[in-house]
Amino acid sequence: MKKVYVNEEWCLGCHLCEYQCAFANSGMDDMVKALKGKEIHPRICVEGDNNISFAVNCRHCDDALCIKGCISGALSKDADGVVVIDKEKCVGCYTCILLCPYGAIMPGADHSVVQKCQLCTDNSAGEPACVKGCPNRAIVFEDRD
Amino acid sequence: MKYDYFIIGNSIAAVGCIEGIRSNDKKGSICVVTDENYKVYGRPLISYLLWNKTTEENMLRYRPENFYSENRAELITGVRAEKIDPEKKTVELSDGRSFGYGKLLVATGSSPFVPPMKGMDKIEKCYNFMTLDDAKAIDKAVDGKSRVLIVGAGLIGLKCAEGVSDKVGSIKVVDLADRILPSILDKKGSEIVRKHIESHGVEFYLNNSVQEFKDGIATLKDGTQIDYDAVVIAVGVRPNVSLIAEAGGEVARGIVTDLRCETTLKDIYAAGDCAESLNSITGERQVLALLPNAYMQGHAAGENMSGGNVLYDNAIPLNSIGFWGLHVITAGDYNGEETVKADGSKYKKLVTAGNHLRGFILIGDIERAGIYTRLVREKIPLDEIDFEAIAERPAEMAFSRAVRKVDLGGISYEN
Repeated sequence: MKKVYVNEEWCLGCHLCEYQCAFANSGMDDMVKALKGKEIHPRICVEGDNNISFAVNCRHCDDALCIKGCISGALSKDADGVVVIDKEKCVGCYTCILLCPYGAIMPGADHSVVQKCQLCTDNSAGEPACVKGCPNRAIVFEDRD
Repeated sequence: MKYDYFIIGNSIAAVGCIEGIRSNDKKGSICVVTDENYKVYGRPLISYLLWNKTTEENMLRYRPENFYSENRAELITGVRAEKIDPEKKTVELSDGRSFGYGKLLVATGSSPFVPPMKGMDKIEKCYNFMTLDDAKAIDKAVDGKSRVLIVGAGLIGLKCAEGVSDKVGSIKVVDLADRILPSILDKKGSEIVRKHIESHGVEFYLNNSVQEFKDGIATLKDGTQIDYDAVVIAVGVRPNVSLIAEAGGEVARGIVTDLRCETTLKDIYAAGDCAESLNSITGERQVLALLPNAYMQGHAAGENMSGGNVLYDNAIPLNSIGFWGLHVITAGDYNGEETVKADGSKYKKLVTAGNHLRGFILIGDIERAGIYTRLVREKIPLDEIDFEAIAERPAEMAFSRAVRKVDLGGISYEN
């Protein structure tokens, strides 16, 4: 399946992917209104320093521990292999945060449920917004299976 | 009537087993029997149900509506399995029916342990807190004035306290131990969480026990008297092992299984809270009664029942639990060299032994905790990562570039 992959040699550490992610998932159509002066809660996270940096988001693992451990069945794979979350079912127990080996699931803005990258299948961005917004092709959306 | 696969119990281990079986065998017949009257639900959700964080309808959607039909698994509800005959390979049910099996999974879970306490049989409103029916009964029994007494300050008792907190007048918790949550927390961590829970109005009576219940008053060992309207007993649980014991299978603290999840009886497997497994950190066999483990053990059993050969050899203790917004994540074992950081209600303890992270406790700041879990579970040598950095903050950055290429770049060394 197509996933978001990282070319860390190309990452500038500019954090634009985080802003694109937060905007794409804000449900708003004006980036300034969506983000200006607000604390953002992106589902992708840029790690690093001036020397090395890279973005981390859900790997959509074949053998996804988060799904196995979810106490409410809120996490599952859709037909395309994307690990998705049903926020109606999630109770915010954070068992998935305990289990995700990449640290790619995080509390949502109000901490009552978790959030994670769903490859922009749950918003209107089309192809993942982080990839589209990356100025240096440090993250790409490809099928490398 | 004979099924290729028969499963006793219909909780998470059973679902893991069904999905494990179907990963190898799309055709074999499956039957699941449960003494409850529900489809599968995550048991830890019952406190969230009482706290109005979920609904019964959502609870019963642990798997999609068509889960059983899609997997061609027949579900018999409201009936107990009473006897296993390992020679004839049959299971007798409480409704008089008997079924043959090719492979059998025992996933009978655990039952509340209720120590004898004087006057307990005369308590009008006395409950356990293990099942959806328990939660419904408690919900029905209490009102805004109810004084609730919970015996047991472990995971179950305290989640019950949080669950009923908005529905009752007062909550008092008694425990024999001198601290709360001793199964997952050290002394300092326990104190932080206790203070937080106390700030939400719960009163603790630790190092204490109920000597007698009489006429709505519980008299404690130290003489304290507590008025109550309802009592919840949450002292502990006992694995349900009797079916296997009576059939001649080996039982220790739980049902004894090998790494393929098979019991000492041929073609009979066990998984979940009734079964022991290998704690891969300590090397000891123990009952790791935790939902993620139940799923994984059930899945491994299912794969092996259907011709696979997988080992369930990487189980570790794991816990994620929250009380009134304060989250606690723990894993592994705490015997080793400690690195501790405490700041108000935030607490972090990392325990290392030799070149490995052996366990950890996180309270308050639980971000990216799974990276620590990975170090414990996969026994990643600490000299291959930047442990100083990762001890400060869990991050992918602490791994080598080669590891990151696999993790984030989709590079597989197998190719």
